[in-house]
Amino acid sequence: MRLERRSLLAGLGLAPLAAPAFSQGAPLKIGMITTLSGPGGYIGQDIRDGFQIALDQEQGRLGGQAVQVMIEDDGFRPPQGKAVVERFLRNERIRLFTGVVFSNILGAVAPDVLDADGIYVSPNAGPSNFAGRECHRNYFVVSWQNDSLHESAGELANRLGHRRMFILAPNYQAGRDALAGFRRLFKGEVVQEIYTRLDQTDYAAELAQIRAARPEAVFQFHPGGLGIAFLRQYAQAGLLATIPQVMPAPSMDAGTLAAVGDAAEGVNLSSHWNSDFPNAPSRAFVTAFRAKHNRTPTYYAQQSYDSALAIGAALRQTRGSVDPAAFRTAMLRADFVSTRGNFRFNTNQHPIQDWFSLKVERVNGQLAIVTKDKILENHGDVFAAQCRI
Amino acid sequence: MSALVVEQLLNGLQFGIMLFLLAAGLTLVFGIMGVINLAHGSLFMVGAYAAALVAQASGSWWLGLLAGVAAAAATGMVIEFVVLRRLYARDHLDQVLATFGLILFFNQGITMLFGRQPLMVQLPQGFAGSIEIMPGVPYPTFRLLIIAVGLLVALGLYVLIQRTRIGMLVRAGATHREMVRALGVDIRLLYTVVFGLGALLAGLAGVMAGPVSNVQVGMGEQILILTFVVVVIGGIGSVRGALFGALLVGITQTLLSGFVPGWLRQVMPGSEADALGAALSSMGVYVLMAVVLLVKPKGLFPAHA
Amino acid sequence: MRNVLPLALLLAAAIALPWAAEAMGQPATIGLATRIMCLGIAAASLNLILGHGGMVSFGHAAYYGLGAYTVGILWEHFRLGEPLFGLIPGTNQLLITLPVSMLVAGVASALIGALSLRTTGVQFIMITLAFAQMVFFLFVGLKAYGGDDGLLIRRRNIVPGLDLRDQDQLYWLCLGFLVAWLFLQWRIVESRFGRVLEGIRQNERRMAAIGIATYRYKLAAFVIAGMGCGLAGALTANYLRFVSPDLMAWQKSGEIMVMVILGGVGTLLGPVVGAAALVGMEYVLGGITENWQFFLGPILLAVVLWAPGGIMGLLGRGARRG
Repeated sequence: MRLERRSLLAGLGLAPLAAPAFSQGAPLKIGMITTLSGPGGYIGQDIRDGFQIALDQEQGRLGGQAVQVMIEDDGFRPPQGKAVVERFLRNERIRLFTGVVFSNILGAVAPDVLDADGIYVSPNAGPSNFAGRECHRNYFVVSWQNDSLHESAGELANRLGHRRMFILAPNYQAGRDALAGFRRLFKGEVVQEIYTRLDQTDYAAELAQIRAARPEAVFQFHPGGLGIAFLRQYAQAGLLATIPQVMPAPSMDAGTLAAVGDAAEGVNLSSHWNSDFPNAPSRAFVTAFRAKHNRTPTYYAQQSYDSALAIGAALRQTRGSVDPAAFRTAMLRADFVSTRGNFRFNTNQHPIQDWFSLKVERVNGQLAIVTKDKILENHGDVFAAQCRI
Repeated sequence: MSALVVEQLLNGLQFGIMLFLLAAGLTLVFGIMGVINLAHGSLFMVGAYAAALVAQASGSWWLGLLAGVAAAAATGMVIEFVVLRRLYARDHLDQVLATFGLILFFNQGITMLFGRQPLMVQLPQGFAGSIEIMPGVPYPTFRLLIIAVGLLVALGLYVLIQRTRIGMLVRAGATHREMVRALGVDIRLLYTVVFGLGALLAGLAGVMAGPVSNVQVGMGEQILILTFVVVVIGGIGSVRGALFGALLVGITQTLLSGFVPGWLRQVMPGSEADALGAALSSMGVYVLMAVVLLVKPKGLFPAHA
Repeated sequence: MRNVLPLALLLAAAIALPWAAEAMGQPATIGLATRIMCLGIAAASLNLILGHGGMVSFGHAAYYGLGAYTVGILWEHFRLGEPLFGLIPGTNQLLITLPVSMLVAGVASALIGALSLRTTGVQFIMITLAFAQMVFFLFVGLKAYGGDDGLLIRRRNIVPGLDLRDQDQLYWLCLGFLVAWLFLQWRIVESRFGRVLEGIRQNERRMAAIGIATYRYKLAAFVIAGMGCGLAGALTANYLRFVSPDLMAWQKSGEIMVMVILGGVGTLLGPVVGAAALVGMEYVLGGITENWQFFLGPILLAVVLWAPGGIMGLLGRGARRG
C-alpha cells in the first residue's frame, strides 16, 4: 500500500489579511482522493494542480471560505481508495470529497461517502450507474457523464464520413460506458469490438485483429499510460498510415502527445475543452497554470479547476456550510463562469455542455491539439431520465 | 484469416522468447545453486530502466542496450555477494522471504529515484517500422529483432553449456551439486558466473521489453510468475527445458487470449466475454503447468537424474 | 506450561482497545485493529502448515479470497433477490455466511491440496502459487461479480444480538474469532495430530517409515489451514464491505507469509504479532513516507538472516526448531 499524505495548507496564514472568513475557527477540510501513482499518476497530479490554481486565485479560499485540501493517493486500487475515505471520514471528519480519476475507484469510494451523508463532487469520473437510477442528491459531476464524451466521438466519426469502425476500450465501467456511448450516436457499422485489460501494456494481439478486420477507422478509449502504449504500438505496426483513429479526449491529452510525438499527427478527437479556447476564464486559467507548472494543462486540470470554482460558488452562497441540503441548492445554481463557456447542471446533477472536434496538427512546426468545430450543443446524457432525485 | 493466425503465432513466439531469456537464467540459478530468487524480476526491471535512461540521455538505443545489460549484471553480482551467498544453506522459505524483501526494496528504490511515471523508450533507427513477412502481414521489425536475439542467445547458451568447460561444470552442477563440490571445483566462482549470466539475460530481456511495453515499477513481478511457470514446466536446471517451456507457454497464452474472447462472444455479451476470455487464457497456462506437474513432477526435461 | 498471566493481560488490553482509541481521538485505530485480527487468523492458519507442517504454500490467499467472495456473492444474490445457479438463495446472515465461507474454502483447499501435495519442494511452492493464480484470474474474469473492479457489499452481515455496523462490535467479534481460532490451533498442535505434523516437517521419510500415512496428515492440515483463511476472508469482507481479486493475488499470499515469518514461525502468537507489525508499519511508516516499503525490504532481509525466530524469537518466546 502506498500512501501519500500531503496537506495543502491553503494559505491559512493569509486568512486575516484576505476578505472576512465566513466561518470562525478551523478552515473547511476537503478530502481529495486521486491517482498519484502508476501510469495514470500524471492525471492525479493535474487534478491536484488544477484545483490549487483556483485556491491560489482566492488566496487559499473558495467562495470566501478558508479551505484546507487533504490529498491522498488511491494507488489506482479500489481497496486503497476505500481505506483513505475511511480515514478521512472517521479521523479527519471530512464531509466534502473530490478528486477520483478512475470510475472503478469511484465505484468503491462514492458509496462510503454518500452513505455517511457526505458530499462528492467529481472532477473526472462520471460512470453511467451513478447518472441514472443510482443518482444521489449529494453526488455532483462537473466533468462529463462518461457516455456523453464518447457519444461526441461517435458524432465526430459520422461527420468524418467513417462507415465501418473497430472499437476498443479497457474492461471497466468507463470502458463499457465508452463503447456503449460511441455506439449510441455512431450511424455506421461496428465491425468488431474488443475490451482490453486495465493492466495491459502489450497490444500486439489486438492490433493483429484490427488488421484482419480491415475497418475504415478505429475508435479507442485508453486513458493515461494505456493510450500512450496503444498509440505507439499502433504506429509501430504500420497501421497509422492505413487506418486512422478517432478518439475521445482522454486517449490523447497533452501528456500523451508529449510522450507519443510524431505518431499522433493527424489524429481526430472530440472534447469539451481545449487549452486554446478563447474565453476569458479559460485563457486566464491556462496562463496561470503554464506560469506555475511550466506545462500545458490537460482537461483533467481544467475540470478540477472548474470543480473548485463550482464548490466555491456553492460555499459562497451557503456561507461556508457543507450542510448537504443547503450545499445542494447552492451548487445546482452553478453560479460560476466555466472555462468551457456553456455549462449548467442537468436534473441528475451531471453537466449539460457543448462538444467540439479537435485535431492534432503542426502549429509553427510543433505538434499541438487544435480546436476545429462545435459538434454537439447543450448535450446532456441519456441517463438523466432514469434519475429520480 | 490465416494472416491473423500467423501474426498471432509470431506474437506468441516473441512473447515466448522474452520468457526464455528470463527463464534460462532462473532455471540455472535454481538448478545449480538451489536458490529460489524472487528478485529475478527486479533484475529485469533494472535492465529496462537503465536502458531507457541511457537511451534517452544519449539518443542511442544500442548504447542503452549495453547499459541495461551491464547494469543488470552488476546488480546481480551485488545481490549475490551481499544477500544470496548467505542463503545457499537455508531452506526455501527463507530464500523466498529474503528475495521478496529484495523485490520491495528495488521497487520502492526505483520509484524514489525515477518516480512512478512509466518511461518511454524510442525504438532504434531502422527497427521502428514493419516488414512484410508474408503478403498482407506486416510485422513490427522490432519484434522480429526480439525473436532473432532470443534464438541467438539460445544458440549461444547451447554452445556454452554443451561445448565449453564452464558449461560442463554447469551441467554437472545442475545434475548433482554436492558431487561437484566434492570433486574440488571452486563452487563459489561457478555460482557467481552462473548468477551473473542469469542476471545478464534478465537484463537483456528487460531491455528488449522496453519498447514494446511500458517501463514501469513492478514490471518484473508480472512476468516473474510466468517465468516460474516456465521453469517448472521445462524442468529445473535445464536450459533446453526453459526454451521449450517458454515457447509453449508464450504461444499458448497468446493464442488463447487472441481467440478465446472471440469464441465466447458468440455466447455472451461483449464485455463479459472479453473479461472471461482474458481470464481463461491466463488460467490456461496454469492449467498447463498443473497437468505437466501431475504427469511429470520434475518437469519435461529435468536436469537431475 | 505457558504462563497464563501475560496472555490474559494482552487479551484484556485487546478488549479495551475501542474505548482507549475513542478516548485518544483515534477511532480509525479500531478499523486497523480489526484488520489485524482478521489477518491474524489467516496468518495463524498458514503457520499451522508452514511452521508446524513445513509446507511452504505460496497460495493460501486463494482461500482467504474465496472466503471473502463467498460473503460478497451471497450478499449480491440477496440484494438482487435471485438465487445463485437458480438454487441457492442469497443471504446476509452472518450465521450462514461464515460457515459457508469456511466450507467453500475447505472444499477448495481439499481439491487443490490433494493435487499439490503429490509434489514437494520447489514444485510444491510453484504449484500452490499456480492454483492461487488460477483462482485469481477466474475472479478477475467474472464480470458478474465485479471482476477487476471488485464487488461492493453495501451492508455488513447481520447477526442476532449484535449490530455489526458499529465498528466496535465488529472488532470484538473478530477478536473473539481470533481467540477461538488460536485456542483451536493450540489444541491441534499439542495433540497427537500436531506431533505427527511436526514429525513430518522434520523428516517425512522417517515418519513414513514408521508407518504413518503422511499424505493424509498433510492434506488434513492443509484443509484446516484453508478453512481458517476462509474464515479470515469472510470477516474481512464484512469489515471492508468490498471484495476484489486483490485479496487472492500472490502478493497477498506473500504478505501473509511475511507476517508469519516476521512474527515467529511455529509459535502461537507469532503470526498475530507479525500481522500487527506489518499492518502497523504500513500505517505508521506510510504516514511518514510513502516509500516505507523501501525500509520494509531490508527489515525482512534482516529478520531472515539474523533473527529467524522473528519477533517472538527476539522476545525469547521463540519456537524450538528441530
